[in-house]
Amino acid sequence: MSILNILMEILIAVLILIGAGFTFLGSVGLVRLRDFYERLHTPTKATTLGVGSLLIASAVFFSWQEPGWSFHEVLVAVFLFITAPVSAHLMAKAALHLREHGETSLPTETTLAKHDGEAAISLGAEQARQNGLSARAQGEGAIPEARR
Amino acid sequence: MKQLLPHPILTLMLLGLWLLLVNSVSPGQILLGAVLAWSIPLYTARFWTAQIKVRRPFLLLRLAGTILYDILVANVAVAILIVGPRERIRPAFIRMPLRLQGNVGVSLLANIITLTPGTLSASLSPDRSELIIHALQGDDPDAIIDDIRKRYEQPLLDALEQLELKRGVLGADAEPPHGAESAEPSKPQ
Amino acid sequence: MADTASTGIILNSALAIAFLLVSIALLLSLWRLIRGPEKPDRMLALDTLYVNSVALLVLLGILLASNLYFEAALLIALFGFVGTVALAKFLTRGDIIE
Repeated sequence: MSILNILMEILIAVLILIGAGFTFLGSVGLVRLRDFYERLHTPTKATTLGVGSLLIASAVFFSWQEPGWSFHEVLVAVFLFITAPVSAHLMAKAALHLREHGETSLPTETTLAKHDGEAAISLGAEQARQNGLSARAQGEGAIPEARR
Repeated sequence: MKQLLPHPILTLMLLGLWLLLVNSVSPGQILLGAVLAWSIPLYTARFWTAQIKVRRPFLLLRLAGTILYDILVANVAVAILIVGPRERIRPAFIRMPLRLQGNVGVSLLANIITLTPGTLSASLSPDRSELIIHALQGDDPDAIIDDIRKRYEQPLLDALEQLELKRGVLGADAEPPHGAESAEPSKPQ
Repeated sequence: MADTASTGIILNSALAIAFLLVSIALLLSLWRLIRGPEKPDRMLALDTLYVNSVALLVLLGILLASNLYFEAALLIALFGFVGTVALAKFLTRGDIIE
């Protein structure tokens, strides 16, 4: 086995490990973080980067192993990078909607205080704009208070 | 020309998509792809209501580079945040007044904000003047807003010029919060 | 991993670790899916589950040195997105097709 082969193998192995690591971290965040909006951050990003890295590894691997180039992995990567923020946005919107209309089931232990705080922001924001208040200042104040 | 080839960029993208899908660049596939890429925009022309004009394509390329770099660097930061103590995460909702107008610009900006770790675009205000952002570390909302403005919004403002050919399918007057999303299905998929 | 076209030991051990990590990631997402506690959480867990399975399929493609898994990965990614959009729409509007 030539030096080139070993180098290629190391490159692919590193890409695979980075990809799997980020995919793993994304799911760890999904379990570990406290409320829905925090959880929303990790899978949409870490997972996208993780799968992206795995796909690059796959493209390099097939270009190396088989005759000709292999670029179609780019397709899945581009697709994921376009769709991940869209679905994250839709999920955030759905969650905000459910919260504003009080359709979510009772929040659990860790999230109870914060949920009330957030509801106050999203509802308070509309009133704040009408009152000409700075909605952002209100939003800043609401969460730390709810946290305590 | 306008009638025969209504969306040249879309046509090019479709051709590229086809070649990637079949994973080959043989002449036959290029021909087949070209026919598809030419006919699909022609028959779906009525669906594409807004058209953007790219004034400075190189600025967009540079923006893409910035975004890729930010994704890489900031992902590591968020990864450390996930593994580290939970107390270091201080989430906050931030309202960011938008300077961008138009479907394509706003949805691009929202997507960029979500893709770059640490921030997430959660909602668009009904009058489309504000973007509601959720930040993992929202201690300093002004700094976050400044950062987004400088890095992403300004290049988009400089590079894009939106020509609203027709009012969107869901126009600004009909259910405004969802009107913004009417631009999103028009992404190439 | 006996009968694989992929050669050396470096790649094979990397693949083994990666399979382990992605499988645990799948289980963690599954836990969030079962646990909830709310509808949006389940939706997010399902979306993550889809993306994780795409990762698993890509790894399987490399392990078996087969191009066939690419199409499966693409389709899963597609279905995942459509499913998430439909779910989000359903939760927002109580209806999918208006």
